[in-house]
Amino acid sequence: MKVLVAVKRVVDYNVKVRAKADGSNVDLNNVKMAINPFCEIAVEEAVRLKEAGTATEVIAVSVGDKSCQEQIRTALALGADRGIQVETDGPVEPLVVAKLLKAVVDKEQPQLVILGKQSIDGDNNQTGQMLGALAKMPQGTFASEISVDGDKLNVTREVDGGLQTVSLSLPAIVTTDLRLNEPRYASLPNIMKAKKKQLDVYSPADLGVAVTSHLTQVKVEPPAERKAGIKVADVAQLVDKLKNEAKVI
Amino acid sequence: MSTLVIAEHDNSSLKVATLNAVAAAQAMGAGIDILVAGASCGGAAEQAAKVAGVGKVLVADNAAYEHQLAENISLLIAELGAAYDNIVAPATTNCKNTMPRVAALLDVAQISEIISVESADTFKRPIYAGNVIATVQSSDAKKVITVRTTAFDAAPADGGSASVEAVSAVHDAGISSFVSQEVAVSDRPELTSAKIVISGGRGMQNGENFKLLDGIADKLGAAIGASRAAVDAGFVPNDYQVGQTGKIVAPDLYIAVGISGAIQHLAGMKDSKVIVAINKDEDAPIFQVADYGLVADLFVALPELEAKL
Repeated sequence: MKVLVAVKRVVDYNVKVRAKADGSNVDLNNVKMAINPFCEIAVEEAVRLKEAGTATEVIAVSVGDKSCQEQIRTALALGADRGIQVETDGPVEPLVVAKLLKAVVDKEQPQLVILGKQSIDGDNNQTGQMLGALAKMPQGTFASEISVDGDKLNVTREVDGGLQTVSLSLPAIVTTDLRLNEPRYASLPNIMKAKKKQLDVYSPADLGVAVTSHLTQVKVEPPAERKAGIKVADVAQLVDKLKNEAKVI
Repeated sequence: MSTLVIAEHDNSSLKVATLNAVAAAQAMGAGIDILVAGASCGGAAEQAAKVAGVGKVLVADNAAYEHQLAENISLLIAELGAAYDNIVAPATTNCKNTMPRVAALLDVAQISEIISVESADTFKRPIYAGNVIATVQSSDAKKVITVRTTAFDAAPADGGSASVEAVSAVHDAGISSFVSQEVAVSDRPELTSAKIVISGGRGMQNGENFKLLDGIADKLGAAIGASRAAVDAGFVPNDYQVGQTGKIVAPDLYIAVGISGAIQHLAGMKDSKVIVAINKDEDAPIFQVADYGLVADLFVALPELEAKL
């Protein structure tokens, strides 16, 4: 079966992002960019399905300006077969991303779409579910284990109380949680090979999707700062402070 | 202004997260109804009717809703939501699963994990693991919103007398089914609503050592949590994880033991009232947010702490 994997270009997870002083936006000047960690897990899972003989082709798709081709190439280096970029001017809202992905799904007819559960920039946790609703597909979100069983997909999900397993009719959507797998590193030969893999570029108009905006970012600001407190000398002093100063025990 | 709040419940009882969502809805204005969708969920509906400030409780009681499958429930909420200005849900894993489907069905944006209501159409929400707070304004006539539960004090569970109305609509998409659930059974309070939380990190070294936290948790009536590192290493199950992608907690007292304090972990606990850090590395970033820091070997400090409580 064909597997479609969505990847997003985001600020590297080690970077501590700050608001600009004028509050107009976050400061992303000269910041290291990377593939969203959850998307990397999605690519790894798709590649493992191919290595296991379950998947026949893995297609990596990203929505964004030209720079996101870098993250598509990363996915190709990790083992995806070909790439698709939907070119937009800068970031678009999750609902629009979902509509663009729906159009790609209609074109490619994958049996499985794997996405990260959230991107670590917007922390929205929406796109996979929205795509599920638009494509009328079932979803296994926050997945920690998946297995294909004929025309069904079993997904074990990380939920508030523990783990839940659901059975989905294919085609289906999966969004990845942290423990689904541990992504591999791309080898140098594979990075070189990835440069020659097919990468198609579409515009939203090619896909018949209007890029709309429902939300306006009015301003950004730093969160209320916590001040570092004091170091206590020993356990006795700690218990005393908690009882008599903070009065929390 | 009218708001439909989606209840988080286990059919027999209402979860506190629902009360946090009601509080957020109240900040948007009056006219609040609650939807309880489940199977044999009369118990949860009865509790929902007692919540202060609620006009009406809609109860959709059907086998199709028993396990909160997003494919089915989203269709129900999208249908019922047509009559409301806002659809508001707590940011639990259930609602995070379902609500974006609702938004897409209604062709509107979802505003995820709001922490404050600025006006009828403007909200604050954390982005970049809480390192930045964004103020966003929605141009949608109908708003689909999830609420960060720690940011809103729970509405009173008693004092209301809402009418209860059965909803006959049955939506079974027929594309997904429930197989099984592994739920940890514990006598301890729930992590997200506990007044005191004690969490262990990589420094705990193994799952067996988490027992060192048990005695302290028992004495304090605390819930036990963990950092991602401890969960990834298999010390404890996933539902212990506190952080950007795990649970968000804001107890009166948070005790971080053997946790270095990566920004992803801080995102899940830095709104706690009092933070204690116990770590042998005095340069660990956790000390930058801790009210009380103890530089010590946790294997010495924990038994001593338990003895002194």
